[in-house]
Amino acid sequence: MFSAFRIIVARDLLLAMRRRSDVLTTLFFFVIVVSLFPLGIGPELNTLRLIAPGVFWVAALLASMLALEKLFFVDYQDGSLEQMLLAPQPLSILVLGKVLAHWLVTGLPLVLLSPLLGLQYDLSTATITVMMFTLLIGTPALSLIGAIGAALTLGIRGGGVLVSLLVLPLYIPVLIFGAGAVEAEASGLGGSGHLSMLGAILLLSALAAPLATAAALRISAE
Amino acid sequence: MSGRLSFYRFSSPAAFYPLAGTIGKVSALIAVVLLAIGLYMSFFVAPTDYKQGEGYRIIFIHVPSAWMSMFIYLVMAFWAGIGLVFNTRLSSMMAQALAPTGAIMTFIALWTGAFWGKPMWGAWWVWDARLTSELILFFLYIGFIALQGSIDDTRRADRAGAVLLLVGVVNIPIIYFSVKWWNTLHQGATVSVTEGSSMSTIMLQAMLIMTFAFWAYSVAVAMYRVRSIILEREKDTRWVSELPEVRR
Amino acid sequence: MKGGISEFFAMGGYALYVWGSFGATALLMIAEPLLVRQRRKAALQRISRLVRIKSEQQS
Repeated sequence: MFSAFRIIVARDLLLAMRRRSDVLTTLFFFVIVVSLFPLGIGPELNTLRLIAPGVFWVAALLASMLALEKLFFVDYQDGSLEQMLLAPQPLSILVLGKVLAHWLVTGLPLVLLSPLLGLQYDLSTATITVMMFTLLIGTPALSLIGAIGAALTLGIRGGGVLVSLLVLPLYIPVLIFGAGAVEAEASGLGGSGHLSMLGAILLLSALAAPLATAAALRISAE
Repeated sequence: MSGRLSFYRFSSPAAFYPLAGTIGKVSALIAVVLLAIGLYMSFFVAPTDYKQGEGYRIIFIHVPSAWMSMFIYLVMAFWAGIGLVFNTRLSSMMAQALAPTGAIMTFIALWTGAFWGKPMWGAWWVWDARLTSELILFFLYIGFIALQGSIDDTRRADRAGAVLLLVGVVNIPIIYFSVKWWNTLHQGATVSVTEGSSMSTIMLQAMLIMTFAFWAYSVAVAMYRVRSIILEREKDTRWVSELPEVRR
Repeated sequence: MKGGISEFFAMGGYALYVWGSFGATALLMIAEPLLVRQRRKAALQRISRLVRIKSEQQS
C-alpha cells in the first residue's frame, strides 16, 4: 500500500516539475498578495508589524485555494483518475499521496519564502520563525481540507469560484489558530495553545479529509 | 415482511407526495396559530425589561430563528446521511428542500441580531463569537445551495451535497470553538456581551411558543418545497401525469 | 386605548429596531411561501405541457 503511496507522490512531483510554471504561479501569487498590503495600508512599520500575521495567513490561504484547481483536474481529464478509482489500494491513501505531492509543490515553497517577505514587514527573527512553523503545520491542513472541495467540484463549470465558496468556511479554524499563534508569540502571550490546536486540526484533517475526498471523487467521477 | 415494506413505503416519491401535502397543510395551520399566540404574548403579555426596555422584544424572533438555523442544518445533514447510505433519493430531496429555509432562518438571525445589537451594544455588527459563527453557518448554507445549483445531474448533486453537509456538520463544533477562542483572546472589544437579563417565565414561554411556531413554519415550507422538487424530478413519470392538479 | 396605539408603535423609543427586525422577518416569512407556490405552479405547467405533447404524439 505504501509503495503505491510513494509512486503517486513521485509521479505527481515529476509531473509538477515538468510544468514548472504551475508551481511558480502559486508562489508569485503569494508574494504579490503579501506585497500589496503595504502599498494599500502604508509603509508605517508599526502597523505593518501588527497586521503581518493576518496578511501572511490570508495570502497563504488564498494561494493554497487557487492551487486546488490543478489537484485532480489533469488526472480527471486524461482518465488516469479512473485508473486510481479502480486501483486495489484504498483510494484515500492515493488521495493522501496526491495531496502530499500537491502540498510539497505549493505549500512548502510558501513556508520557505515567508522569511524573505517577513523582512518586508520588519518582523523580528523570533516572529518569523514562529510564522514559518505555523505555516509549516497549517498549509498541509489547508491542502487536505481543500482537496475535499476540489473533488466535489470536479469538472463543474465555474468550479474555481465554487471551490472557494465551499472551502473558505472550513479554512476559518486554521486561519484563526495560525494567525493567532503568530500574534500571541509576537505579543509575548505565548502561542503554544494555538499551535497545539493547529496541530490537532492537521491530524484530524490528515485522517478524515482523505476519506471524504475519496467519497467525493467516487461521486464526481461516476 | 409487510412490516419492513411499510418502513420503506414512504421512501418512494409517489407514496410520499400526498403525505407531504397533508403534513404541509397541518404544520402550516399550526404555524399560523402559534405565530398569532406568540406574537400576542411577546408584545402584550411579556413585561418590559428593566434594563433594555421594549427593545428586548426582538429576542422573540432572534433566538428562535438562531435555534432553527442550527437545527435545520443538523436535520439536513441527517437526511443527507440517510440519502447517501440508503440511496433513497427522497431523503436527498428533503435536504435540498430544507436548504433555502435554513439560509433564510440564518439571515433572519443575523438581521435581527444586528438590529438588536445596535441599541444594546451600540454597533450594527459586533465580532461576538455567536454572531460570527452564525455568519459562517450562513456561508455553509450558501455553499451547499451553490453546489447543488451548479451540478446538472441530480444524482451527483444529491450525493455531492450530502458529502459537503456531512463535512460541514463535523466542522461546526470546531468552527464555533475556534471562533469562541479567537473572540475571548481578542477581548480588546470593549463591548460587554449582556447575557440577557434572567428570563422571567412569561418571556421564556413566549419565546418557546415562537420557537415552535418557527419550527412548524419550516416544516410546512419544506414539505411544500419537497413536493415541488418531486414534481420537477419525476415530471415524466406516469403517476405525475395522472395527478389531478395537472390540467390536461 | 388611543394613546396606547401610538405609544405601542413607539416601542419605548426602540421603534426602528423592533419594527425593523419584525418587519424584515415578516417580509421573508411571507415571501418564501409565495416563492414556493410560484415554483410549484411552474412545475405543474411544465408537466401539463409534457402531457399535452405526449398525447399529441400518440394521436
